[in-house]
Amino acid sequence: MTITLTGIQKIYRVGVERVHALRGVDLSISRGEFVAIMGASGSGKSTLMNILGCLDRPTRGEYILNNKKVARMSAAALSQVRNEEIGFVFQSFELMARASALKNVMLPLAYSVKHWWGAKARARRALERVGLGDRMKHAPNQLSGGQRQRVAIARALVNEPSILLADEPTGNLDSRTSEEIIALFRALHSEGQTIIIVTHEEDIAGNAHRIVRLKDGMVLSDSPTREDPIHREYLARMATAAADLARTHPQQPDRSYSSNRSHSPAVAIPSPQSAKEAAP
Amino acid sequence: MIVIRLLTQTVLLALAQMWTNKVRALLAMLMIVIGVGALILIVGGSEGFKRNILKEFESVGANKVWIFPRFPHEARARFSWRQVRLMAPEADGLLAHCPSLARMTPILEFSVPFQYKEQRKPFVRVQGIRPVWHEIEQRFVTAGRPFSAIDLEAVRNVCLVNDKAVEEMQLPSGGVGSYVLVGERRFLVVGVVETKLVSPMFNRGDAQSEVFVPFNTAQVMRPDSGIYVVAQTKKPELFEDAKAEITFYMRKSRDLKPGDPNTFGVEAIEQYIAQVRRIGTMMTMFLSGLVMVALLVGGVGIMVIQLVSVTERTREIGLRKAVGAKPSVILLQFLVEAVVLCMTGAAIGLGIGHAVVYAVRVWPKSPLEQAAVPMWATAVAVVFCAGVGVVFGMFPAIKAARLDPIDALRHE
Repeated sequence: MTITLTGIQKIYRVGVERVHALRGVDLSISRGEFVAIMGASGSGKSTLMNILGCLDRPTRGEYILNNKKVARMSAAALSQVRNEEIGFVFQSFELMARASALKNVMLPLAYSVKHWWGAKARARRALERVGLGDRMKHAPNQLSGGQRQRVAIARALVNEPSILLADEPTGNLDSRTSEEIIALFRALHSEGQTIIIVTHEEDIAGNAHRIVRLKDGMVLSDSPTREDPIHREYLARMATAAADLARTHPQQPDRSYSSNRSHSPAVAIPSPQSAKEAAP
Repeated sequence: MIVIRLLTQTVLLALAQMWTNKVRALLAMLMIVIGVGALILIVGGSEGFKRNILKEFESVGANKVWIFPRFPHEARARFSWRQVRLMAPEADGLLAHCPSLARMTPILEFSVPFQYKEQRKPFVRVQGIRPVWHEIEQRFVTAGRPFSAIDLEAVRNVCLVNDKAVEEMQLPSGGVGSYVLVGERRFLVVGVVETKLVSPMFNRGDAQSEVFVPFNTAQVMRPDSGIYVVAQTKKPELFEDAKAEITFYMRKSRDLKPGDPNTFGVEAIEQYIAQVRRIGTMMTMFLSGLVMVALLVGGVGIMVIQLVSVTERTREIGLRKAVGAKPSVILLQFLVEAVVLCMTGAAIGLGIGHAVVYAVRVWPKSPLEQAAVPMWATAVAVVFCAGVGVVFGMFPAIKAARLDPIDALRHE
């Protein structure tokens, strides 16, 4: 078991008020899983992600990450855990503007105790893994949005973390680039990488094997993607929209990406944009 | 090993950071540059000033002690000239009674007309000396011979002249062997003494004609004239002892009662040298202190810029923390940045300061041709600037290290 959360509570103090961001979350994630965490804003999903990513400590509860009790660790010890166990992918990439792609990917290795020898070669391998072997010397402003997020993913992977933690990884990207990034996540998952994606987009979550939904700081549902009622409803709605679209515009090229999905029902799912175009 | 690597990386990072914000970094370290430059300039200048004065003293001769007759200020009327004047027998007792003295010569000085054939000077300075005078004054005979013991014993009419006199009187064949008239007496020139330019502080600058005669001959020419003594101590640091011994001996030989003032003067060149050194050091310390205050003000500039930098780079700090930078590492990064900023400023200031000091030194007819920056000044500047960097960089660095990664990543 990679991750075990038991009775996680997080209480923020805002002035004199106490805000319960998490009210007792139990969650287990095994090695090699691809999990989406979903929830409306205020549901506590950001807080959960911060705790999962060892950026924050729970007020109460136990968090065991790879047999390490991280809930009560010091800030310095948590830094090392983040460095070795967790790779972050952020919505706004968080690349250093003046550094080349290679330098950006090398950043976590600068703080690594284990991998300081041959950091450049490691970073190069990570960039090749995300398909940017020919863009190593480019600065972020010379790269497209998708390429920037790939650099960020390479940076997350460079220390071979046990968890890849992505917070709205496609939030700043257009739909086509989102597809590319999602495809990359799927490829990484098929190589055995544990991935946790925090998102509010159903079609992104649909790529995960398991969806954990949060509401008011508690787990609302936790089920495999194909059994998740909300997701099934979403798929059905999309299918109707696609059928309508096919009827009114028979020549419309099919821009769905569902064909490369192995575990979800084989229905054509158009991207939200094309669904919107079809509506009027 | 890992610490060294981290430090190297941090220094490189700080240099890169400075390079990307060149103008801002330059403004931040301006005060440091000015302060260090001023420090180097002040120390170099006052060192040059001190060395100049010391050189002037040394041109008179180190280790030297003068003993001369002097009416006491407060009791002028109580003593007659006969009591005060210094005569040869009293001077001759000095060496036996003052163990700190290595050698001495009495000097009888007067001024008389000087003539060679048609060349005539109404006045020339004549000094009656003993041969040991050459060693005390470090002025040796360059042609001919010095006085011998027989010259003194036989009261011969022989003389030494300096190069200037040879030139002025147009003496043939380098001067030696010519007969000259000194105070209407006929003297044989037996040797030529090198002319020594005593510094303008003690003399009028350009060399004068000088004539030297044996002390005994001078006594015959001026039997009642008072003399003075130039002596040399065995070591420079013995001047206090020498003064005490001489005073004791002179008071005893003059039978002065306790409470009576001295009727003679003793002066050592070393006491002035020590005083100049002390004043020079005090001046340097005082001015350096002022400059250090300027450097502290410069430190405040560094702190302000570092605080701006921390605020500006909050997201970067958040990212670094997220990927595993410990708070101590972030602290080190910003501390090193402040120190690098200070040290760069110090390096520029050192360069400017040294360049200006060098320019002052090689400037034609520079009054400070001895200006030089001692090693300790450079070392003090570097160490102090590093200290300023650490002290004033600490607060921004702590601020950066304490940032919460979540808040930092959310910072706009």
